[in-house]
Amino acid sequence: MSAAAGIDRRRFVELLGGGVVVLVSLRPSELLAQNRDRVYPEDVNAYLRIDPDGKVTVFSGKIEMGQGVMTSQAQMAAEELGVALASVTMVLGDTDQCPWDRGTFGSLTTRMFGPALRAAAAQARAVLVGMAARKLGVPKGKLVVEDGVVSVAGDRSRRVTYGELARGQRISRLIGEKAVLRKVSEFKLMGRSPKRLDGREKVTGQARYAADIRVPGMLHARILRPPAHEAVAAKIDLSAARTLPGVTVVERDDLVAVLHEDREAAARALEAVHAEWKKPDDPRDPENIFDHVVKTSPPPQEQLNRGDLAGARAAAARVFETTYRKGYVAHAPMEPHAALAQVKDGKATVWASTQTPFPTRDRVAEALELDAKNVRVITPYVGGGFGGKSADRQAVEAARLAQITGRPVQVSWTRAEEFFYDTFDPASVVQIVSAIDRDGKITLWDYTVYAAGSRSADLFYDVPNARIRSSGRTVYGKAGAGKSVHPFAVGPWRAPGANMNVFARESQIDVMAAAARADPLEFRLRNTSDARMRKVLQAAADAFGWKRAPGPSGQGRAVACSADAGSDVALMAQVKVDRASGKVKVSRIVVAQDMGTVVNPDGAKMQMEGSVTMGLGYTFAEELRFRGGEILDRNFDSYELPRFSWVPSIETVLVKNDDLAPQGGGEPAIVATGAVMANAVFDAVGARLYRLPMTPDRVKQAIAEGKGAVQRSA
Amino acid sequence: MKTSIRFRLNGRPTTLDTDDARTLLWVLRGDLALTGTKYGCGEGVCGACTVMIGSEAVRSCQTAVKEIQGKDVTTIEGLAAGGAPHPLQEAFIDQGGFQCGYCTSGMLMNAAALLHKRPHPSRAEIVEGMEGNLCRCGAHQRILAAIEQASRAGARS
Repeated sequence: MSAAAGIDRRRFVELLGGGVVVLVSLRPSELLAQNRDRVYPEDVNAYLRIDPDGKVTVFSGKIEMGQGVMTSQAQMAAEELGVALASVTMVLGDTDQCPWDRGTFGSLTTRMFGPALRAAAAQARAVLVGMAARKLGVPKGKLVVEDGVVSVAGDRSRRVTYGELARGQRISRLIGEKAVLRKVSEFKLMGRSPKRLDGREKVTGQARYAADIRVPGMLHARILRPPAHEAVAAKIDLSAARTLPGVTVVERDDLVAVLHEDREAAARALEAVHAEWKKPDDPRDPENIFDHVVKTSPPPQEQLNRGDLAGARAAAARVFETTYRKGYVAHAPMEPHAALAQVKDGKATVWASTQTPFPTRDRVAEALELDAKNVRVITPYVGGGFGGKSADRQAVEAARLAQITGRPVQVSWTRAEEFFYDTFDPASVVQIVSAIDRDGKITLWDYTVYAAGSRSADLFYDVPNARIRSSGRTVYGKAGAGKSVHPFAVGPWRAPGANMNVFARESQIDVMAAAARADPLEFRLRNTSDARMRKVLQAAADAFGWKRAPGPSGQGRAVACSADAGSDVALMAQVKVDRASGKVKVSRIVVAQDMGTVVNPDGAKMQMEGSVTMGLGYTFAEELRFRGGEILDRNFDSYELPRFSWVPSIETVLVKNDDLAPQGGGEPAIVATGAVMANAVFDAVGARLYRLPMTPDRVKQAIAEGKGAVQRSA
Repeated sequence: MKTSIRFRLNGRPTTLDTDDARTLLWVLRGDLALTGTKYGCGEGVCGACTVMIGSEAVRSCQTAVKEIQGKDVTTIEGLAAGGAPHPLQEAFIDQGGFQCGYCTSGMLMNAAALLHKRPHPSRAEIVEGMEGNLCRCGAHQRILAAIEQASRAGARS
């Protein structure tokens, strides 16, 4: 019990109740040999409970936002424990009940928490088999487990169920040894695709999200928002709002809110608030932001430096100098940020749409000046996150308002608030100088990225002379207009920075392939000896039916590949470009991915399909419009998301690699979407686009300018 | 204006005494505690709040409650008539036609109205009919497959 530090003890006793609880405490390095830099709980990594009725409850700090981890985690636990999937209930993202977790992001659930969860379940099985051995009077080695029943091998009539073993028990075991996990060849539940556990609730409207939670006496809050980031209120007149029946007005420091039992009445009350604002003069806009980003970013840090850059440049047959750009992109989850908070007797409970329940708990505690153990964050289903719900301003707002008013308060953002307070994928710039020799081998790669970070900028091509430099990504200046890199908050967005880095790298590879008169697939294979990547490329080519030809071939087909979140991925796409309108129609995408051992193949494919579909947005349309700190896109009428008519046939191929532990699946396929489309547009019409998104106007312009395959250095 | 609004909600006769200018979405989610219908944009441009009035799909965020006077309103909670799941609900589960689930109620209600009007639509007709419903997770391909499956199963709302 004492070892369950970090868990509220009182809650933990409730959690124990009866039955058998198995807790696993392993050193991070034992679980995560390859990810030592990541913060990880060092007390109890994972635990689960077996009830007297045989039901299993698994506790996980991860949250379900659509990526399917409710199901995949249950599969892992059931597999190692030896029970039927139906007997497992998942408790997710409840800070009073679940092991500490940093957050659900980075395609880390399966890679990082998976091993801890599997170890806990495997150890639980060992504990239960030990109990069964004593009860049945046979050595452990003679026992077999199936569907929660322990029986004597060869005499199935001598049996005892997990439920019977747990009956009348109140046992908790803390185990610090690494468990022996089942081998892929022994899997009965992992590697299969059961129906998602959240399906029934989601198709019947029973699935509850943060804004669906109802508590007696709750008020809906609407908060006064500035017209622009960094705008300052010159005058706020609340007198009209105060006269409205049933309206509570809160004015505390920077928090001005009106509350009512009815959400629409709260909205009307907000309209009755009159405010005058002073907006700073900030000339930044979607066009001039790139120069600003390069000028104001911190000096790039070297990630890699090998060989002789100057020598390579001097000896090159061809040198290519290119700059790539991408604007700000919104997360735009269908569920705007929402939270309900209740503060009673010095304790706060917050139901929040968050990807980071534990950090949210800490931020709420700080804002309310409470000890973290007196704050409980409960995470219902989250309606999409993509990184944007690592920011939890709404939870703090709801908690503050609940503390001030003494009533339960719901803060659920409007779409305009969601756009305003989003932590956008940053505008970013990549500059590349590269070269090839007469044999079409890459001899130089000098890569500098501003504002996107270096994720997926890694080089798996065999370039002897290479440098990669990157300048940090999340720089949000509170200092005011003109001094900061970005005019508003930026943050992690599904595979942070990787979309930009892969767009730049794989475009540049294509530029060189075209200059070398080489087929783009053949050029990649010629320049990489990475066996895993070659295999993924070949798998994509086989599924696609790739026909070799140098670009631009007029076919409108292309390839791009990357390594991300431990997985290797290759995309091939087929497009048609309408030269007159500049509109690009994607007809087909093939995604081949090696993600190690696959826990749930259909779930993995859903993520691959979802990734490339979402990726069509940043590729062809999504680019935030703003004027300084003023966000001009406030809804989906002007900010376009991918729609049904955009979606091509998407074929997914899982490249088998059972020797490797499960790798990330939520992000890898999105990172190469922009690149493969830019390459496909080039292959179709011979015009290359160096900036995302490739809007019809930009495509038209590139065609008109005859931007060809090669940009040569002066 | 305070009015007595009589209508059928998921098959049940219902009366609301309320200001008839209020918005159906917030009345459903608030007064009637039917939270399956979601707020997504508040301007009728995302489809998350779709319900059916009669056999027509409407955006409940753009509908005043006076418009439901005497009408049949079906929300996601009432799509499974008599407890048996609607073929669309089964098909969405079979095909994995959802991820985060937040757009799902609206997708289902919009698709139910579509299949009511046209029981066996072509792929192009489904795409056109669903075009105004947004999904950020990228479940589109599977949603289309699910609607086709339900169509084959003879779905009618």
